[in-house]
Formats: sequence, C-alpha cells, structure tokens
Amino acid sequence: MAVKGNQSPDVFHRELGKIMWNDCGMARTESSLKRALEEIPKLRESFWNEVRVPGEVDELNPTLEKALRVADFLEFSQLVCQDALERQESCGGHFRQEYQTEDGEAKRDDANFCHVAAWEHQGEGQKPKRHQEELEFKEIALAQRSYK
Amino acid sequence: MSALRNYTLRVWRQKNPKDKGAFAKYKATNISPDMSLLEMLDVINDRLIHDGKEPIAFESDCREGICGACSIVINGIPHGKERGTTACQLHMRHFASGETITLEPWRAKAFPMVKDLVVDRDAFERIQQAGGYVSVNTGSAPDAHSILVHKDDSDKAFDAAACIGCGACVAACKNASASLFVAAKISQLAHLPQGDPERKNRAKSMIMQMDKEGFGSCANTLECEAVCPKEISTRVIAEMNWEFIRASVD
Ligand code: FES
Repeated sequence: MAVKGNQSPDVFHRELGKIMWNDCGMARTESSLKRALEEIPKLRESFWNEVRVPGEVDELNPTLEKALRVADFLEFSQLVCQDALERQESCGGHFRQEYQTEDGEAKRDDANFCHVAAWEHQGEGQKPKRHQEELEFKEIALAQRSYK
Repeated sequence: MSALRNYTLRVWRQKNPKDKGAFAKYKATNISPDMSLLEMLDVINDRLIHDGKEPIAFESDCREGICGACSIVINGIPHGKERGTTACQLHMRHFASGETITLEPWRAKAFPMVKDLVVDRDAFERIQQAGGYVSVNTGSAPDAHSILVHKDDSDKAFDAAACIGCGACVAACKNASASLFVAAKISQLAHLPQGDPERKNRAKSMIMQMDKEGFGSCANTLECEAVCPKEISTRVIAEMNWEFIRASVD
C-alpha cells in the first residue's frame, strides 16, 4: 500500500495473463519460455512501482486482496516458466513444440525426465533449487499415449 | 460487435458500518453490451483506482450463478429484473444506452453493513450450522439405486438444493424474512432418506436460529420467489411449516 502508483492490480494481472497465455500456454518452446522469463521480472518490477491500492488496511479492502494475489502470481508464474523450460520433453499438458512425434503427439523422454520435480526457494533474486524424485513403474511398461 | 453504451450509475457508497452512506453518481462510458454488470463495475473500479479514488466494494466469486456471492439490488430488485438470473449473469444488453442504473446492497437488519455493496451474511452460515446437514458418515459414494428415492422426491429435493444461499429472498422481503432460504435447506433434506433421522431436530433448530438472527416472519407476499435467481418455489415454505408442526407434536 506504500507504493504510490496509479494502476489497479487488475491491470498487471491481465498483462501477466497475456504473457502466460502466449508464451507458456499448452504449447511452449524454449524461446517462448525464455522470453516469458525476461518479461515477467520486468512486469513484476513495474507492479511494485506502479500499483495503487486505495482504502484502509483494517477495513474490507478487495483491491488489497487482489494485489496480494497478483504479487503471488507474479512470483509463481516465473517458477512455472522456469520449470517448463527445464523439462525438455513433452508430457501431459506440458507440450514443448520441440519435442513431438512425427504425427504431432507429445514425445516423452523417459530416460531423462521420468521424475517429479519440486523447487526450493533460495531467497529473493536467487535461482530456486530443483529437487527430483524418480518415478518407478513396476506393473506397467511406459508407452506413448495417443488420443487419436 | 454491437455498439458501445453509456450509463449513469447511482451507487450506494458507505465506507464502513459507522459511516452514514449516500448515493454517488458515476459515468460508465464505452460499455460493451456483452459485459456482465460486474464486469462493468470492474471497468469502473479500474478507472477509479487510476484516478486515485476508492473503488466500489462488491462481492463476487464464481461469476457463473452458482456460488451466491454476488448480491446487488439493481434498480430496486435484488439481482435485477431479469428472472432466474444472478447479478453476475446479468448482461448490459438488458439496459438501454443512456439509462440510469441504481445499485444498492442487500438491506436487512440481520445482514449488517460492511462496505458499499457488501453486507455480512454470516447469519445464513449460522442457520446452516444449526441443522442444515446430515451428520452420519456416509462413506464413499454408494452404488446408484442402492438407496431408492421416489422420482417425485428426488426432483423436489433437487429443486430445493438449487438454492445458492445468496440472500436475495431476504433483500426482497418487506419483513426481511429468510423463510425461502431456510425452507429450501429443510425441504431438500426432508425429501431424502439420508435426511430423515435428524429431520425433526433440524426443522426446530434451523427455525429457532433463523428467529434468533433477527429475520422477520413470512407474510406470504411471495416477493422472494419472484427474485430468487434459482427460482425456488414457495412450496418449500409450506413444507417447512409442515416440518415444524410435525416436529412439535410428537
Ligand atoms: S458471483 Fe457466484 S453467483 Fe454471482
């Protein structure tokens, strides 16, 4: 609330939505994700300089509620892009255009990415640390899925 | 795309419960007829914030008519004049360009004022907590048809269950009665075998809580039915009264 800008939190929310929709949508590429990772920090900076939250802290304040959420989204979307960039395969809703079969299906890379990953916050401005847990399949053999 | 429209808004502004409150006028310009009323308020609020003024506080969540959060009296009618429609589903195409639109909060003693168009509807939660539930552990979903329910009963229960608890019934009633809401909850469970064991206690406790919260009595004006966005029939009120008598006699 100390920031004395003149834009509502919604303006930044919409802007972030556009970046995510265009560059980190269902189909994403290395270059689109890298672009998003450059644009999000810029947007985040302008949010913290230009947002305006009128009203009081100790009264019902929907703008403040929204601003707090948008601040979270700005951090989280960066992580989503980071993670999508790191996972160099296609898998489920994560379709990296570089990794597809000849007929346009998602192409997994089970040799390198058969794991779930979790990111650990390393402090403001630091790259988060990636932890991974291998997935083991005993009963079924991994295979390509086709919805055709 | 159809032509953009302009409106004059008369909005109830009240900073907090202690403030006296008054109507304020706003110009709504270049409004798409495809916007919902709430989307129009979003646009107005963006402009107000940009100009350094406080935005209009109002409630919303799902914006698709299922949560009951939105609660605005529009030109004197809770949720506006379109039938079976919540404020969030009301589109600006229903208002002619140039029209003056008056927006007010739900007004009822049992719904204390919070700010602008927002009132505190916790009273409904407390009524629900007084008995609007089934307390046996029902486990995971049973097989279909393992408990037989007559089609007529399941339809009636389903109709009552459509209530989203928005409180328009209270806002429309000259007595600020919560009868339609409470009756919908009681009726829903009274028609189902799962609700049967606690039926008497439920009717008594919920009605007692309703009275304690300061809602008025039903005078059968049926305004509630007319404004209910889920078009709940006042049949449920008759059923509630019957449930109450039934619970009192033995
Ligand atoms: S916002 Fe959910 S019913 Fe209107």
